[in-house]
Amino acid sequence: MNFEKVIFGFFILLAATLNFGFFVGAIDDPAHHDIYELFAALVVSLVATMLKFGDRTQIGAIHLATSLVADLQLLAAALVWGYAAHISGNDPLTAAQTARVVSLSGGAFFANAVSVTILIAETIMQRR
Amino acid sequence: MPGEPIPSSTARQYSVFLMIMRRLRAPLILLIAIIALSVLGLTLAAGPVVDGETTYLSFFHAFYFISYTATTIGFGEIPYEFSNQQRLWVLFCIYMSAIGWAYTLGTVFTLLADRNLQQAIAVVRFSRAVRRIAEPFYLVCGYGETGRLICQALDRRGFRVVVVESNETHASEVDFYSYTTDVPTLTADAHNPDTLQHAGLTHRNCVGVIALTDSDAANLAISITARLLAPRLPTLARAATRETAANMAAFGTTHIINPFEKFGHTLALALHAPAAWQLLNLLTGLPGSTIERLREPPRGNWILCGHGRFGRLMINALDTEAIPVTIIDRQPQNDIHHRWVQSDATNPTALEAAGIDDAAGLVACTSSDIDNLSIAVTARELNKNLFVILRQNHYANRALFHAFDSDITVVPSKIIAHECLAVLSTPLLAPFLAVIRDRDEEWCTRMLDRLTRRMGWTVPEIWSERINLSHAPALYRHLMRGETITIDQLLHSHANRYEYIGCEVLYMARDSDDPLVIPAANTPIRPGDELLLAGRPGARNKFDLNISNEHALSYILTGDDLRESWLWNVLVRQWKRHTTRTSPEP
Repeated sequence: MNFEKVIFGFFILLAATLNFGFFVGAIDDPAHHDIYELFAALVVSLVATMLKFGDRTQIGAIHLATSLVADLQLLAAALVWGYAAHISGNDPLTAAQTARVVSLSGGAFFANAVSVTILIAETIMQRR
Repeated sequence: MPGEPIPSSTARQYSVFLMIMRRLRAPLILLIAIIALSVLGLTLAAGPVVDGETTYLSFFHAFYFISYTATTIGFGEIPYEFSNQQRLWVLFCIYMSAIGWAYTLGTVFTLLADRNLQQAIAVVRFSRAVRRIAEPFYLVCGYGETGRLICQALDRRGFRVVVVESNETHASEVDFYSYTTDVPTLTADAHNPDTLQHAGLTHRNCVGVIALTDSDAANLAISITARLLAPRLPTLARAATRETAANMAAFGTTHIINPFEKFGHTLALALHAPAAWQLLNLLTGLPGSTIERLREPPRGNWILCGHGRFGRLMINALDTEAIPVTIIDRQPQNDIHHRWVQSDATNPTALEAAGIDDAAGLVACTSSDIDNLSIAVTARELNKNLFVILRQNHYANRALFHAFDSDITVVPSKIIAHECLAVLSTPLLAPFLAVIRDRDEEWCTRMLDRLTRRMGWTVPEIWSERINLSHAPALYRHLMRGETITIDQLLHSHANRYEYIGCEVLYMARDSDDPLVIPAANTPIRPGDELLLAGRPGARNKFDLNISNEHALSYILTGDDLRESWLWNVLVRQWKRHTTRTSPEP
């Protein structure tokens, strides 16, 4: 067992699960989507990106790309939330604003799902 | 399994970036974790009570606050004065972030000071500089004394140079000499084919490879690499031993230079045919420099000090001319054919024992410059008329050798440099020099007289010219129209066609015929001919204009100035017709 691989898999999976946790629920109901979960998803996603830096293989490059996409989407979601809550001044968010934040995180979830798929495929390919 | 692709320089650039990212992974993750933890804690800490309700910082405000606190900007507490609970947490955050930044910056500075990284960045920069070269350039491996001389001469001739040198001190000397163009320099081992590729071996503008490192093995490796990866490029290599030279020749190295052997041949020629030797000196000297008419090496007893690699070649040269040699060396006798004095040659008694009083010549060729000078000075004191050949091992000692008036000073680095330049700039010179070696004394004397009468004892500029559309467009068009143009016609000045431009055609190579040596003045030129010319400084430009410019050429051929424009042409034609009608030519 390789401890580095455990950490790597842990963060990728955690990024996906947190993202899923935030995303699931009625898309326009602010009560279903906790901001702390978005925060956690974003932080874990950033850490996962850092872990993927510096791998020169083809799969490593795709891994990094999916993570960058997820980061971008989650950052966009966080920005939309920040704008809605503080600049528009609606706290809690309106249904339309919630839907915007959640749909952006939905995109990130897709990228994270791809990342997890690659992780699984890579593991199966190695047969060890 | 497919072969591993040769890493291109973009791939290398990418891997430098990846290396930086890998090293920065830990500090960046730590920084993210610290900021995330700080922000999270700040949103959870209970703030002051406003309007009877406990306020909490939102993520937006918390992130804003941490951003300016962690970067030590510090705008104060927003949106309300903090509660003590929040302040307690901020206290933690400040110290944590300070540690995070210190760690990150420390890693960054360690990384920047890393020799491997610096080398990787140097390689990337170097190969980028090489890739962008848009002019023809030479790849010079080894920037020692010889390399420096060659790079400087190539630079003066308007060629670009790329240098690969394994010794860092030598490589840094490139910066001290002010080249007219930028000289990309890499400190790396030229053994490695990758290094040579980064240095532009396979670049389309690379016009030649010159291997001049101190080690024969490296020079051989460079020749082989060049032969395999860039088979069309001319390769010049220095070889210290015969074995290396043979090995290089087997690999098709274009030109192999062994300075000692080269000088051995020169000495043999000087003893055998002094006029040919003088002529050779005149033609292979540094262009523009004045050479004196050298004293010819006398026949008689010779003394040789230092029985090394060079010494043995000198003895061979003297033996072929049946000149008796006495050898002085510290080693016990290992040569039964010659008189041997086992002693230190710097010692006057040793010189006397070797018969310095009635000796005709002395060769001081130990591997120490100071010893050689000391021998020569002592010997000259004992015998004023002695002909002295000095071996100068280091170019840096030139001032000392200049002060002592020897008859010939052998500087290996200079021999190699001259040979390289002659081969590179004038490929026809080598066959012409071979012809000189074969001709008799009388021919050489006449030739020498003729050249020195025209150009004095200044080393002429020697160059080759091929008569084709790209090098001599005007002349080529005239020839293709079936005109007969002789060599003599081309050597006139385009400023005044009754004057010569001061150059001579020495050799003429033709595709379908035997080459002509000193072709007669009325030899007609054919398209595709290649000429070897010698001329006074500046003659080359004039000759180039003669054969490439239509106006200059038609003026020297017919005496007529061509008109530039169509309108002017028409007017002149009208005027000519008019004048011929009214006043017919006498």
